[in-house]
Amino acid sequence: MTIIVYLIPVALGLGLLGLIAFLWSVNSGQYEDLDGAAHRILMDDDAPL
Amino acid sequence: MTDAVLSPGTGCPSGLEPAATSELGDLSAFVRSQSGLSTLTLSIRGAKCGGCISKIETAMLALPAVEDARMNLSNGKLRVAWRGHNLAPLIGSRLTELGYGVSAFSEDESSKARKSEERQLLIAMGVAAFALANIMLLSVSVWGGHGEMGAQTRTALHAISGLIAFPVLLFSGRHFFQSAWSVLKHGRANMDVPISLALVLAFGVSVWETLNDGAHAYFDASVMLLFFLLVGRFLDARLRRQAHAAAHDLAALQNRSVTRRSATGLLESIRADDVREGDEIILAAGERAVIDLKISDGRSSVDESLVTGESLPRLVQAGETLYAGTINLDQPMTGKALGEASDSLLSEIAGLLEAGEQKRARYRKIADKAVSLYVPFVHSAAGLTLITWLMLGASAREAILVAVATLIITCPCALALAAPVAQVVASGRLFRNGVYLRSGDALERLAEIDHVVFDKTGTLTLGTPHLVSEHGPELALAARLARASRHPLSRAIVAIAGPGAMAEEIEEQPGLGVQGLIDSKRYRLGSAEWVGVPNPPNAQGPTLWFAEDKAPPIQFRFEDQLQDDAKTALDRFEREGIPVEILSGDSEAAVSRVAEQLAVSTWQAKVSPQGKVDRLSTLKDQDKKVLMVGDGLNDAGALALAHASLAPGGAMDVSQSASDAVYAGGLSAIPSILNVSHRTRSIMLQNFGLAAAYNLIAVPIAVTGHVTPLIAAIAMSASSLIVTLNALRINQGSA
Repeated sequence: MTIIVYLIPVALGLGLLGLIAFLWSVNSGQYEDLDGAAHRILMDDDAPL
Repeated sequence: MTDAVLSPGTGCPSGLEPAATSELGDLSAFVRSQSGLSTLTLSIRGAKCGGCISKIETAMLALPAVEDARMNLSNGKLRVAWRGHNLAPLIGSRLTELGYGVSAFSEDESSKARKSEERQLLIAMGVAAFALANIMLLSVSVWGGHGEMGAQTRTALHAISGLIAFPVLLFSGRHFFQSAWSVLKHGRANMDVPISLALVLAFGVSVWETLNDGAHAYFDASVMLLFFLLVGRFLDARLRRQAHAAAHDLAALQNRSVTRRSATGLLESIRADDVREGDEIILAAGERAVIDLKISDGRSSVDESLVTGESLPRLVQAGETLYAGTINLDQPMTGKALGEASDSLLSEIAGLLEAGEQKRARYRKIADKAVSLYVPFVHSAAGLTLITWLMLGASAREAILVAVATLIITCPCALALAAPVAQVVASGRLFRNGVYLRSGDALERLAEIDHVVFDKTGTLTLGTPHLVSEHGPELALAARLARASRHPLSRAIVAIAGPGAMAEEIEEQPGLGVQGLIDSKRYRLGSAEWVGVPNPPNAQGPTLWFAEDKAPPIQFRFEDQLQDDAKTALDRFEREGIPVEILSGDSEAAVSRVAEQLAVSTWQAKVSPQGKVDRLSTLKDQDKKVLMVGDGLNDAGALALAHASLAPGGAMDVSQSASDAVYAGGLSAIPSILNVSHRTRSIMLQNFGLAAAYNLIAVPIAVTGHVTPLIAAIAMSASSLIVTLNALRINQGSA
């Protein structure tokens, strides 16, 4: 059972990573335009052939 | 992008939204410059799809020196950044060419504060979710290992849970603790008090249990509680911010820039917010005053329908005061800006607004009523449990654990979600129909109304005159004079006659009429006095006379026409037996005609702003719950006092902020607002019923000591899910 000494910190660390990613996404304004983001993925950046 | 090439038409390429038309104010006043980089934020109307994003952004980036253009589809804001000279007018005209409506956007202080509050709550919610997931991971192992796991391992897992929960409770729970503390200091209580108590007790008892190697720790329950409550709080904050932003945008549609003559005599365009008292302001013909002015030079007729409700233009000259909302019709005027509420009418209206808002603040929301019934019940149940268990011989530790479990499982989690979720779903539905709610409890109040008061001009009617008399070939001649004038009656003639030529040597006399040469003959169009009619017959509504020099004059008659859907909207009230009345500041003849057309028997004309407020107070004293619908400055006091109030999108910003909801589109929105509000109310009541039923089941289990952390976790999440799913039903059915 000593394995949980390693596994719990690893699990917490992964969770923390997710939390940090979430905080970063909130602070960089990624939830400001949810409708636009859905459409932008369909746009071509390059000129038509 | 291909879309822009494929569909060269104007407006949204997908055709989801018709091309918008707009009067373009001067945008230069809204440009912000910082170290050579100029930015401008605009509200765009008519953008609905991905094609719009690329069409707009491509067009902006094609302009010289533009460095960045970003369109936000969710809130319709476009931000353009460039270097070098002022591009604002070019940007505005390019967007108008593309077929989108444009107006300048400037964020006010309160929307910034709301935005940061919302972001704080979102972060607090994310942190709580992180803690909840990780503590649940540990709790599930404790529950799963029940009977097999050693006491030491269990305590270790509890301790880790506690270490995660503690900082999270402090960080994410501060929203509740601060609010609870601030009301407790004043000896009052709100919903945050029982919430904070449950959070603190659950955590405290769990720490105690962990230290004593106990079997049950409620760290997961306390963090789960926190998470669900923050979801409700976040939804509520987001709803209020969106409502505020939508109303702010509607107000921004109205031109907010003014022309000021500076000390050096130069004319400059500045934002209305930047005008100081005493500034010299030029009000061009056709422009709407956005601030109050004392006229110092000039003579013109003005349309004051938004201020007083009077539908006929009035002649003003130097020395008179013009209120914000007045439209200058024919000649440019110069005036001095007046300070805020410096005049009797405005300070009177400000006073009326304040009185109305104070009265409304006393309104008790259904949620508040539910909490005031609920809190004493739960707390006394927990208290009684503690005493009973002690009397039955249980140890103090056991008794406290059961009492705290009762508090935790009955914490108003579902109750805190029941109202906000229903309101968010309802306002989202209304939002899609062009109705912007200004507050969450507005729906509750709208559902209760049993009497309706309408303003006339601009609310029931279009607010612009319409030619109604028979007309022959003279109309085409009259239109050649009318095209030179911005007077509403002239415009009504042009609206019927259509595009065409103009007369020569046109001269306009404010308050009298126009004259000009057509085929070298002198024609006059205007008042009876101007055209030379000795004894004009009394006519209902506004009239214009038109004549060649000596020939007998012809009369044009006009009426302010009803909105297309006025009758349908009023029929709905009649069917439900809700009495309707009209209170208008307009003349008796005009109001009686409208009342007759709509079959409304109760109406009053020539009512002052104070008169409207008095009438509403009388109705209130008769225990009537009044819905007021109005648009003008003269309605603002009545709108604030009414039990519930609505304003059309074209209303004065004062009136919009005094009302509960602003509707774009026609009066047909009103029946659908009422339908949604009734539905929301019944769903909210159902939700409270569900929360009560949940407690009826949970409380007996808790007081008998059968609640384990596992049962608490399942019960709390199940009840929250049920009220949320129930609230989604508001989206079903026809509006």
